[in-house]
Amino acid sequence: MSIGLGVTGVPANSFNNFTEYGIGIGLRVPHYRHILGQKPVVDWFEIISENFMVDGGRPLEVLDSILEQYRVVQHGVAMYFGSADRLNREHLKKLKRLVKRTGTPWLSDHLCWGSVDGRYTHDLLPMPYTFAAAKVTAGNIREARDFLEVPICVENVSSYAEFHASEMTEWEFLSEVVERADCGILLDVNNIYVSSQNHNFDPYDYLNNVPHKRVGQIHIAGHSKFEKYILDTHDHPVLDPVWKMYAHAVKLVGRTATLLEWDDRIPTFDEVHHEALKANQFVDKLENAAA
Amino acid sequence: MKRSRPTSSSTNLKTPRLDVRSRAELKALQSLMATAVFRPLTAQDGMQPRWLDGRRTSALAESFIKPNERLTSFDRLEIYNRVYWFRVLDCLYDDYPGLRAVLGERKFMKAITAYLAKYPSASFTLRNLGSRLEEFLRDEPNWIAPRVELALDMVRFEWAQVVAFDDEARPAITPDDILDTRPEKLRLGLQPYLSLLELNYEADEFLLAVKKSESAVLRSEASNTFEAMPHVSRPAKRFRPPKRKRIHLAVHRHDNMLYYKRLDPEAFVILKALRGGATVEEACLRGLSSTKRIGVDWGEEIKAYFNIWASLGWFCRFSKK
Repeated sequence: MSIGLGVTGVPANSFNNFTEYGIGIGLRVPHYRHILGQKPVVDWFEIISENFMVDGGRPLEVLDSILEQYRVVQHGVAMYFGSADRLNREHLKKLKRLVKRTGTPWLSDHLCWGSVDGRYTHDLLPMPYTFAAAKVTAGNIREARDFLEVPICVENVSSYAEFHASEMTEWEFLSEVVERADCGILLDVNNIYVSSQNHNFDPYDYLNNVPHKRVGQIHIAGHSKFEKYILDTHDHPVLDPVWKMYAHAVKLVGRTATLLEWDDRIPTFDEVHHEALKANQFVDKLENAAA
Repeated sequence: MKRSRPTSSSTNLKTPRLDVRSRAELKALQSLMATAVFRPLTAQDGMQPRWLDGRRTSALAESFIKPNERLTSFDRLEIYNRVYWFRVLDCLYDDYPGLRAVLGERKFMKAITAYLAKYPSASFTLRNLGSRLEEFLRDEPNWIAPRVELALDMVRFEWAQVVAFDDEARPAITPDDILDTRPEKLRLGLQPYLSLLELNYEADEFLLAVKKSESAVLRSEASNTFEAMPHVSRPAKRFRPPKRKRIHLAVHRHDNMLYYKRLDPEAFVILKALRGGATVEEACLRGLSSTKRIGVDWGEEIKAYFNIWASLGWFCRFSKK
């Protein structure tokens, strides 16, 4: 086990040059007024890229104001690295314009697909875990990185279905893709938990077996339990099993930029920020133990 | 790296299984699943039990999705089918409160379901989801009968607001930019975010009343799940239809705030002519030839129009595109 605790300025791993980014939260519309008016101290904000891939108006005005005060990292929901179709060049061009605007140090999107022949599901659909799919996905990631000229981290999604075609576990597939693409991982601990409950695997097997040296960012979030499955709803505080997994994850990957996602039934800014900052206690505990 | 064993089939061996050993096979699987996801739900918000060719959908789902001890292949596919529809319907529900008030909740949901079945999203952003709604309703007015004209007015008006919110703003032209150009030679562009609407109803006042009565509903941004149909948890309210009256509207933004501005009929004609590429002189002549008003000092009136439009930043360099 490696404990890559980053000392200031020293990357924890080759895909995590921003060890000291700390704890961020997602920039969401209900908090705009508070953030722009009160200017609270926040390590960084994550934006949904697609919400700002517009030609003008209020979204870009808000973004520019945020950029004057805060560090911003872009997170996408529609690049669909796992799509069998080629990447959409117009989408990439718009994304690159935004990358130049924000100066995002890295950019993330999901290990999924979501469109076919120009029709969009607006969902993060699961991949069949096969070598052929890994090859296609890695090719798309490389193409995006080369075009965008920014490091890319791919995020594991929560899923509700598994395919007969799969030839490996999800974490093996993730590993296969990032090794082939030579890119980073955005490790979503909540998504691992949700999928582990839906597909009956041990989430710690997942955490233990991904290439830790490639983890550049971590996501935490809340979820909702239904009778027969768990949904990744991002509308609750982080649940205890997920915090435990987070503690384990930072032991494995070291201090890593961490972000709380809260996208529905969004409470006040202070409540969201307070929930996110709970992550610090796990990193502090780890660093104290190491000292 | 050590690999897991390939999954062996343990259920119905007669069901042909989809492999993914090439890009083409990946495409086939994704096309099949997308087709299932895009198919409208049943009246009970479930996945349709029969596939396009009459087969059981459950048999189709079994061909590529594993069941587990709690959920069948059908159940698991249905989660994605439901989430898709809840998400897109929720989006249009929020973007078209005026159309919803005109049609009533039930009729609105039927109309937008039919629309999305015919025109699934063709953009990476939900912002563009309603871009072909007017076209669809013009082609299939049965969804909005008997209030066809009013519904079409409302759709145009509400789409114009989407455009005004975040469409491009080009550098505004200042008086200095055009000082030396004579009106018979001068062509002015209008900002892309500005929409000019000629409506048969006072849709603006109606929509303001609708919005006042509704609390803002914020759309989820990144979670990939939706729990329920948008109409389930929201109370329906009936509104009195607006008055039938020909109005001319400019839908625009100023300081990044959305505005609707009523225009004189002559002003509307002038602006439409400018957008169509007419020179300032031609546009003004068209505006004047359309007027029914008498006793107006048109020299002063037109000067006032242009002063206001310029101060609002509506003019930009003319482009043939």
